Amino acid sequence: MLKTDICGVQFRNPLMLAAGIMGSTASSMNWVLKSGAAGVISKSFSLKPHPGYKNPTTVAVDGGIINAIGLSNPGVDNFKEELKQINRDNNVVIASIYGATPDEFTQLVEEINPIVDMIELNISCPHAMEGYGASIGQDCNLSHTIVSASKDASEVPVIAKLTPNVTDITEIAKTCENAGADALSLINTVGPGMKINIDVAKPVLFNKFGGMSGKAIKPIAISNVYSVYEAVDVPIIGVGGVYTFEDVVEFIFAGARAVQIGTAIMDEGVEVFSKINNDLEEFMKNKGYSSIDEMVGLAHGGE
Amino acid sequence: MINAPQIVEIKEIVSETPTIKTFKFDWDSNKFGEVNPGEFLMIWNFSDEKPMSISNISNNELSISVKNIGEFTSQLHDLKVGDEIGVRGSYGNGFNTDFDAKKLLVIGGGVGMAPVTALTHKLVENNEVDVLVAATTKDELLFLEDLENVGANVHPCTDDGSFGFKGYASDCLNSLLEDSTYDYAFVCGPEIMMIGIFNILEDAGILADYSLERYMKCALGVCGQCCVDNTGWRICMEGPVFNSEKIRLIEEFGKYRRDASGVKY
Repeated sequence: MLKTDICGVQFRNPLMLAAGIMGSTASSMNWVLKSGAAGVISKSFSLKPHPGYKNPTTVAVDGGIINAIGLSNPGVDNFKEELKQINRDNNVVIASIYGATPDEFTQLVEEINPIVDMIELNISCPHAMEGYGASIGQDCNLSHTIVSASKDASEVPVIAKLTPNVTDITEIAKTCENAGADALSLINTVGPGMKINIDVAKPVLFNKFGGMSGKAIKPIAISNVYSVYEAVDVPIIGVGGVYTFEDVVEFIFAGARAVQIGTAIMDEGVEVFSKINNDLEEFMKNKGYSSIDEMVGLAHGGE
Repeated sequence: MINAPQIVEIKEIVSETPTIKTFKFDWDSNKFGEVNPGEFLMIWNFSDEKPMSISNISNNELSISVKNIGEFTSQLHDLKVGDEIGVRGSYGNGFNTDFDAKKLLVIGGGVGMAPVTALTHKLVENNEVDVLVAATTKDELLFLEDLENVGANVHPCTDDGSFGFKGYASDCLNSLLEDSTYDYAFVCGPEIMMIGIFNILEDAGILADYSLERYMKCALGVCGQCCVDNTGWRICMEGPVFNSEKIRLIEEFGKYRRDASGVKY
């Protein structure tokens, strides 16, 4: 009943782990899969190891958290060893990659093609170094170049993860679709945001600015999914503030075929996946839905 | 628990050893939450933020004890009374303190004595407690007097034999186990020491709580930096204290850890 598919890849339910959350090791991702997620998106990684920013990298605020971890990762050579150890049996393993140039993305894609089911392109991190993350995803030409280069090199479906921090997300979405993206994830964190400690009059985060995630960004994510659903034909994965089955249903009605869960793990633990799956199944039974597919985009009416 | 740094003023600084200082500050537990032995705080000195064990928990006052081992801890050691730091937490699961009329063994190595000293203060209320205090040399032995004053049986141990038992903590433990046995044990120290202790306690059939340390970023259970192989448990949420049953499942215990990039070493 809960199964869904994204451009031909089958998921046993519509829940996956969002990039950047408990995605640094095969161990933690296997734990999340055992806890009920149908797929995991790894933490974003690059060609070379990168330590990220100094702490504080995360601070809690009303409605969620602000983070500037700074894309820390052990580099593709080390990370391949983690990816290989993720249990792919009936699970979907998605690698999130980042770079600055088409060549870097191409190299990364070629390295990991054989060991993952899908690749998500991080062209949307709002606290990345200049030239990375959202610096790509806020520019149509750059997005097109990166997505098409990655798509050309890839043997598995390619997902572009988009930033909401643009004037019109549908333009970027259409550009990525035209460049060959098989699916779109939206949204990455909002902002950037900032938290200032008023006793010492200083921004708390070492990077000062960070991406906002959690409950407060869900309405923004829903509206972005809704708008992009009307603008493109490729499948959409919703992400941003998913805590409950109600949130999942909202995303699906807005047009998402699956959702990613991240910040909720802070409050609910990894148990959040099985809880939402159970509640979602119950909801579908009560409302008379027999598949995720028939629920996708219902909020648009007259489909 | 508070998840954004709260600014506190350092009320008192004690030079415990040539390398370890204790910093005391007020903590309104009604406002910021109850703190239990084994939990940790994230300490922000306005240029970096690191996890620190709590070495003493009193009415509305907490202490952290910090060994000067690098840039951040050296900056902390330069702080003066009246200076401010940011604190958030407390985080993690603490030690199991649900014991009554038991014979308990507490083992701490170096600055690893910090969390188990706060623990001992609690355990001695209802139990007979032996504390094995290990350090490289006499001057580095931590909290001997304090532990004796609260009524623990203290067994000092130094690598160089300058005070107490001569040898490693594991040697001292072996000698204690010749005459005694214990209902439960608690261990914190360098991991190379803890793995030795773990092997001895397992052979002796003594269950224990072990406090682990890993590079930490968010401390909120989201970033994934402090997850351990092969269970994936987060040191900041499921840890830092793990019982024997759980420690047996942590395959990287005593073998390797990951740096800020996630590279194993």
